[in-house]
Amino acid sequence: MSDLIQWSSALLYSAFILYLIATIFFSATIRDKRGKSKKGKAGGIGITLTIIGLIAQIGYFITRWIVSGHAPVSNLFEFMTFFGMTIVFAFIVIYFIYKISVLGLFALPVALIIIAYASMFPTEVSPLIPSLQSHWLYIHVTTVSLGQGILTISFVAGLIYLIKKIDQTVKSKNTTWLEVVLYSLILFVGFIIITVVFNFMNYSAQFDYPATGGNTVTTEYHLPAIAGPTDGTLLTKDVMEPLFESPAWMHGADAGRKLNTLIWSILTGSIVYLLLRLVLRKRLGAAIQPLLKNAKLDLLDEVAYRAVAIGFPVFTLGGLIFAAIWAEEAWGRFWGWDPKEVWALITWFFYAAFLHLRLSRGWHGEKSAWLAAVGFAIIMFNLIVVNLVLAGLHSYA
Amino acid sequence: MKKMKCDCGHINPEGTILCEACGKPIEGNQHIEGNDEKNLLNMRYDGTARRSQTYNKSIVDKIWSFFSSVKVGVWLIFIALVSSAIGSIFPQEIYIPADAPNRAPEFFYEDRYGILGLIYYQLGFHHLYSSWWYMILIGLIGVSLVIASLDRFVPLFKALRHQKAKRHESFLSRQRLFSKSDNVSSEDLKTLKENLKKQRYKVRDEDGYILAEKGRFSRWGPYVNHIGLIIILIAAILRSTPFFYTNEYVWVREGEQLVIPGTDGEYYIENQDFILETYDENDERFRDAISLEGADVPSNYQTDVTIYKAEDNPLPGAEAELNQIAEGSIRMNHPVKFDGYSVYQSGYQANEFEKMSFKIHKNDDPEEEALDTFTINLTDPESDYQLENGFRVELRNYYPDYYLQDDGTPASETNYPRNPAFVMFVYPPDSDTPEISFLGIGKNIDASGENQYNVGITDFEMRDASGLTVRKDYSLPFFGLGAAIFMIGVIQGMYWQHRRIWVNPKDGGLLLAAHTNKNWYGVKKDIEKVISGTTIKNVADQQEIND
Repeated sequence: MSDLIQWSSALLYSAFILYLIATIFFSATIRDKRGKSKKGKAGGIGITLTIIGLIAQIGYFITRWIVSGHAPVSNLFEFMTFFGMTIVFAFIVIYFIYKISVLGLFALPVALIIIAYASMFPTEVSPLIPSLQSHWLYIHVTTVSLGQGILTISFVAGLIYLIKKIDQTVKSKNTTWLEVVLYSLILFVGFIIITVVFNFMNYSAQFDYPATGGNTVTTEYHLPAIAGPTDGTLLTKDVMEPLFESPAWMHGADAGRKLNTLIWSILTGSIVYLLLRLVLRKRLGAAIQPLLKNAKLDLLDEVAYRAVAIGFPVFTLGGLIFAAIWAEEAWGRFWGWDPKEVWALITWFFYAAFLHLRLSRGWHGEKSAWLAAVGFAIIMFNLIVVNLVLAGLHSYA
Repeated sequence: MKKMKCDCGHINPEGTILCEACGKPIEGNQHIEGNDEKNLLNMRYDGTARRSQTYNKSIVDKIWSFFSSVKVGVWLIFIALVSSAIGSIFPQEIYIPADAPNRAPEFFYEDRYGILGLIYYQLGFHHLYSSWWYMILIGLIGVSLVIASLDRFVPLFKALRHQKAKRHESFLSRQRLFSKSDNVSSEDLKTLKENLKKQRYKVRDEDGYILAEKGRFSRWGPYVNHIGLIIILIAAILRSTPFFYTNEYVWVREGEQLVIPGTDGEYYIENQDFILETYDENDERFRDAISLEGADVPSNYQTDVTIYKAEDNPLPGAEAELNQIAEGSIRMNHPVKFDGYSVYQSGYQANEFEKMSFKIHKNDDPEEEALDTFTINLTDPESDYQLENGFRVELRNYYPDYYLQDDGTPASETNYPRNPAFVMFVYPPDSDTPEISFLGIGKNIDASGENQYNVGITDFEMRDASGLTVRKDYSLPFFGLGAAIFMIGVIQGMYWQHRRIWVNPKDGGLLLAAHTNKNWYGVKKDIEKVISGTTIKNVADQQEIND
């Protein structure tokens, strides 16, 4: 059994490395100026590696399923990893329809960031609590995730569109917002870097703090405490004293630790971003733009739309209809205004508006690309903020 | 209503932009879709007369125009989106955590979230999704769905039914895809028609004028999915009536049989057993995760129940005759269903006290020999116990779920015997002066300090209680129907396209034009295949040329 779980982890790790190498090959497709045949070759290797990576990740998924006895989509680590997998899958499908290599250069890093982000959460195989013991667990979760994966491709295409289209010769609202989008992606990188560094150093600091209801709770920080728990006492010796306490109005479970992690991610991400700006001596958008000379704007626009056209019905089916059927089976109410449900509805509202604006009001190109970026922000909000901050019934995943 | 007769003889309703039959632009209406300023015709809704674009006089016209606008629709969606998000900032009233010191909303929000929480509560955001304004907002979206759909569907349906293969020349030449070929042989025309059929077009030949069409049904996709959404909204209204929906919560103790609330005394439920199972912490697979959790992880919540139906309505006070109609285990994700009702496992209370036995003995007796014994049924205690050996016990006060209030007086937190405590008046044989004892778990207080007799707990029985949700919901099929129709509509509209190719003879040659509602690349491919092997000229994309 424990052999199999090690195999499972190894397969996930290989998939990660393969996606990384594939990204490098995809980047070769734009650097290569010598001719079409060479370019085709790099793209071909890139997509082959991606497919092998996906197979490895499916291997991880199946072996982990065998070990635990349930579909590995039951906690944040498993769900986010699966989400990364659906992004790769959606990319492969779109690649074979439109043959756009540059899409891989952006889609794979997004998937990589998400898988790396997932690994920062507890990765132990956990038992399935009674409310999750249903076939609907994997029917619902896999469909939602697939829908979100396809919608992510829409964001990726939109992002490439924006980087290529936006005039970088002058500073404008558009260039600023584009930097905001890129900066947000870098914040995830910041989170990963800082978590890996302190995990490697085996950093630990324990606090006692009064929880709601009067009893005292102990929490363990894996990052030095900038923000300590409200009214907390530091138990561990020879570690940094918190610079300040989390404000009292933050009352979620373990709010202090989450706030602390957020502060660290922003700090590290900002440093990474500033370093990049210093090295490149221009906006990130302006630095990437020349690489996208060969990208065709109308094709990217088409991909951004087509991904929504496919992703929207899949998301509706998984995130609203299957979700409702399961909620009816488990809780006897198919809709209960739980924060996760609300944000699924918000996502649905948003993409419904996207489609109306595009099909009826002619919002193509840049406007449509911005919308795709906002849509992705909503999806990520639902995956991260709703789970960690607005936790409701879905607090386990 | 002012009808307008086109040169081709067709009578068009007022406000028509392109003749329904031949497509000729109708004079005086070209500004509506901006055709007067552009070379290409705007083909949205085929240039039909939409009520919203035609009439704008009365208040009804204005309301109709307002709600038929996509812009207004998108704004409504956007407002609903933002409001929904606001409702998720703090927990809604029903999700106030069970461990909160005070779950009353007027305290909870301010207590936990400070001034922001107070504002949130005062604005009524703690029950935002059932507020009147949120309901109105969703209602407005419903109105917009109906009006916008009717405004477009009805005229479009008529126009596509009235359309003729013979088209006005200005209609054809002002299509995005157009070509003019001279001297086309009848052979070529025949090949063309065959090719069109091969591409699975429906070909209509009216005196040599050809209309090839496919995928018209995809035009109805948006209206079909809107119908699905409207059915869902209607289902939501139905659900607010007790005929379609009832929802009750009931606590049933092990061994207890009681009438199921909300069924008019028709059904009874008996709790045979409540089972709580946990994962084995030594299970190799989950050992790490369980130790990380630091507590037992439950693997099953289950209530074994028997359901009975009362035969006929008994006379008031008379015992109903019960027939067993169902038996089963209610687990999470596995409700027990009977006669349209579903019973869900929703909560439990482990180890509630059922009975407690006591003995009376002399205070100074080191053996504590029982002088008398009695048993109290904690769910249905008596007020007076006349005992065998002459003692009498009066149960003065009973606190099923005892706690000491801040002011030092005892009280009961709930009505469930989870932590029972008693004030007993004990009358020794042949005495009218009682001795007062306060008794609870681990507590035995002699109020006066001069008691001769002591009451002690000798035994107790415990049992579990199951919290069950009983629900009847006849609105579900409507939601299911609405959702299915919505999905069909989305797919129908999104994955097929309505393509039309017109071929009209002209001076020995022919005019060829095409239109699609989306995917121009696809229709261009079609045309290439259709004209292959003929001398007919390929179409030019006039939009690209003009760009």
